[in-house]
Amino acid sequence: MDDVVAFLTDPANWTGTTGIPNRLVEHLVISGLALAFAVLIAIPLGLYIGHTNRWSGLAINLANIGRAVPSYAMMVIPLPLTLTLAPVLGYDPTFGLVFLPIFIAMSLLAIPPLLVATYAGLRSVDRELIEAGRGMGLSELQIVRRIEIPLASSIIVGGFRTATLQVIATATIGAILSGGGLGRFIVDGRNQGLAGRASIYAGAILVAALAIGVDLILAAVQTQLTPRAVRKQGIQAVRAVTNLAEVAPGGGATGGPAI
Amino acid sequence: MPPGTKIFDFSWMFGHLDQIWVRIVQHLQLTVIPLALGIVIALILAIIAMRRPGTYGPITAVTGLLYTIPSLAAFAFLGSIYGLSLLTAIIPLTTYTLLILFRNFIAGFNAVPAEILEAAEGMGYTRRQRFLRVELPLAVPLIIAGIRLTSVTTIGLATVAAVLGDPFGGLGQLITEGIQSFFPTKYLLGAILSVLLAIAADLLFVWFERFITPWARARVVR
Repeated sequence: MDDVVAFLTDPANWTGTTGIPNRLVEHLVISGLALAFAVLIAIPLGLYIGHTNRWSGLAINLANIGRAVPSYAMMVIPLPLTLTLAPVLGYDPTFGLVFLPIFIAMSLLAIPPLLVATYAGLRSVDRELIEAGRGMGLSELQIVRRIEIPLASSIIVGGFRTATLQVIATATIGAILSGGGLGRFIVDGRNQGLAGRASIYAGAILVAALAIGVDLILAAVQTQLTPRAVRKQGIQAVRAVTNLAEVAPGGGATGGPAI
Repeated sequence: MPPGTKIFDFSWMFGHLDQIWVRIVQHLQLTVIPLALGIVIALILAIIAMRRPGTYGPITAVTGLLYTIPSLAAFAFLGSIYGLSLLTAIIPLTTYTLLILFRNFIAGFNAVPAEILEAAEGMGYTRRQRFLRVELPLAVPLIIAGIRLTSVTTIGLATVAAVLGDPFGGLGQLITEGIQSFFPTKYLLGAILSVLLAIAADLLFVWFERFITPWARARVVR
C-alpha cells in the first residue's frame, strides 16, 4: 500500500509523456473522439427509427448483436485489415496497429447503447402529446425537436452514460495494443513483474476513479434533464422507464457490459 | 504483421484443436461460476429488497458502483493484492453480474399484477406457495432476460482477465498470446470464438425462455 502512495505522489509520475496528466489526457482524447463519432451516427439514426418506428426491429436486433461482441475481441478483429491497409492508403503502420483498431472498437461499442436509448426514449413519449403537436400544426421535424427530444433527453443521456463507461473501459484495454491512456500503468506494470505492482495498483485506482467520476457527472446531468414534473414525483418514474428499456426481453441494450 | 504472414492459417488451427478446446472449456468455467454465484447473491438481495423496500436504493447504488469500475482495473486491483488466481478473476466477474440481475429480478417480481396476488391469497396460498407457484413463474421472462444479458456480458469480461496473465486462461489468453507473438491466426481465433460463444449463450437463453414458459407461446399462437 505504501508503495502505491509513493507511486502516486512521486513528482516524476506527474510530468512528461509517461506522467499521469498526459496519460489522463490521452485517455480522454481517444474516448471523446470515439464518443463523438458514435453520437454522430447513433443519435440521428435513433431519432429516425424512434420517430417513425420504421426499421426498429432490424436496428434493435443489430444493436443487440453488437452488444454481444466482447470489447477485447472487437479491438483485435479489425487488426489484420488496419495493418494491411496501411501501405494501400498510405497511413503510418503504427496508426493501423494502435489508434485505428482501438478507435473502431470504441466507436462500435458506443453505438448500440446510444441507439437503443434514443429509440426507447422517443418511444416512451406519450402518443397523445405528439398528436397534440400535430394538431397545433407542428411539422414532423418540429415535433422531434420540441416535443420528443426534450421529453426523451434524460433517457438518451442514460444511454450516453452507458456508452461513456464502455468507451472509458475499452480505452483502458487499448494499452495492450500499445495505446496510450491510463491503462498503460496497468500493462506496463504487468511487464515489469513484481516491481510493477505499485504501477498496476495505481493504474487500477486511477481508471476506476476516472470512470466513477465521469459517471457521477453524467448522472447529475441526467437528473437535471429529467422533466420537472417527473422529478417532483421522485426520480423513480424515470428510473422505471429507463429500467424498462434495459430489462425488456430482446429490447434492452442500454445496460450493456462495462467491459 | 510481417509480409507473407497468412491472415488466417487453417492448418495451425487444425493442428492445435486440443489447445483451443482447453481455452474454450476454461472460458466456460470463467463464465458459469460467476453467473451461478451472481444469480444466488442477486436473488438473496432481491428477496431482501422486496421485504424491506428501503434497501432497494442502497443495493442499486453499491452494485452500480461495482459495475462502473472498468474490468481491467478490477482484475489488476485484486490481482496486485492477492496475486493472479482463479479467485481474483471470479470475484470481479461475479460482482459485475449483480446490478443487472438484481434489477431484473425486482422488475420481474414487480411486474406481477396485484389482482393476481390477491387471487392467489384468496385461494388460500401461503406466502411461500404464492412465491413459488405464482410470482416466480410470472417473473421468469424478465429473470431470464437478465441472466441472458449477464451471460453475454460475462463472456466478454472474461476475455479481459487474460490481459494480466494466464492463471485462469480462457479465450482472452489466445488473443493476448497472438498479439504478443504477432500471430493473427491465434488472436483472431480467440476473438471470433468469444463472439460466437456470446451469441450462442444469447440464443440459448432465448430458446430456454420459450421452453420454460409454454403459456407465453400459447398466447402468441392464439
